[in-house]
Amino acid sequence: MGRGRDRGATEVNAGSMADIAFLLLIFFLVTTTIANDKGIAMLLPPKPDPNVPPPEVTKNDKNIFKILANSQDRLLVEDEPWEDDPALLKDEIKKFILNFGNPSPEGLDVYNSLPPSMKQFINVAGKRPDSSDDPTEAVVSFKAQRGTSYELYIQILDAINAAYNEVYGERIGLTAEEFLALDKKDEVQNDLYKRARQLIPRAISIAEPDKGGSN
Amino acid sequence: MSKFKKKTSTSQDIPTAALPDIIFMLLFFFMVTTVLRETDFLVTQQLPKADQLTKIEKKSLVSYIYIGKPKNTALFGSESKIQTNDVFVEVKDIIKFINTEKDKLSEVERDQITMAMKVDQETEMGIVSDVQQELREANARKVLYSSRKVVLPK
Repeated sequence: MGRGRDRGATEVNAGSMADIAFLLLIFFLVTTTIANDKGIAMLLPPKPDPNVPPPEVTKNDKNIFKILANSQDRLLVEDEPWEDDPALLKDEIKKFILNFGNPSPEGLDVYNSLPPSMKQFINVAGKRPDSSDDPTEAVVSFKAQRGTSYELYIQILDAINAAYNEVYGERIGLTAEEFLALDKKDEVQNDLYKRARQLIPRAISIAEPDKGGSN
Repeated sequence: MSKFKKKTSTSQDIPTAALPDIIFMLLFFFMVTTVLRETDFLVTQQLPKADQLTKIEKKSLVSYIYIGKPKNTALFGSESKIQTNDVFVEVKDIIKFINTEKDKLSEVERDQITMAMKVDQETEMGIVSDVQQELREANARKVLYSSRKVVLPK
């Protein structure tokens, strides 16, 4: 007891405090799940007005690319059974969008705005009269049945979006991924985005599924 | 030069007394900001894979709808169900759910509400499209189909 004075100021040993805190910190770092909120964005059509009769379909049949999926997850693409991987639909849809069978003046504007590589692609494969008139007219229609699996639905939606994104990307010299990554808040990138989208609408029509194969 | 020489007698130790405080600060930051899990999933959540994913631009505008088979099949059966927050809801209750979610947002943002659909890949389209009809009815037209990123074989 007499030595108390020699010891000087008493201190709690706080050296291990940092270790304890580190331990807790690492626990929280590990347990935290950073939500991966990514997905396929889509805009639903507005709700039908009961006072207005549904608009008549005036589109020429060749301007609609029809995809049907039944409850056995079998596909019917342009009235032909599709046995391949749904992801391969992308190329068909791309060919369909970039077809200039009978372009309107607006369609010609689109054609003139395309880079040479795409023009070449169109001149080789994209002037079939039985496919779409031009990109401004083309519509991709997708209809599923109630029994269709959601997995297939997403695969097809993904393929359609991939086709459009590739067209948009190629138009401004980017890949589909780079096009998707464009930041619309940035002015330069937003300009690019607008230039890519100009006059080529992302026309995806999702029909209400009919009753077939419902549970 | 002599000016600097004077200081050599001071000790070279870096004071580490403030280290725990800094670590605690970090710890509290993580404790406060992390949300361990917002809801307990009552339904299976095996999300489908897709390639063309977009990020959510503003997270506060997003509400979640979960669809899948109930995990507790003994209690809820094996038919696909819809879950919002922590409870199962029927299709007709979705409009009510969206309206309460919209009320949480400010006036100007109300129409920009995005519904993130977290749907199990085994689900059939029937229930999904029923929900979509309700979303159209409730004027919440922005939809995000949550999916996992897949690398497509070239």
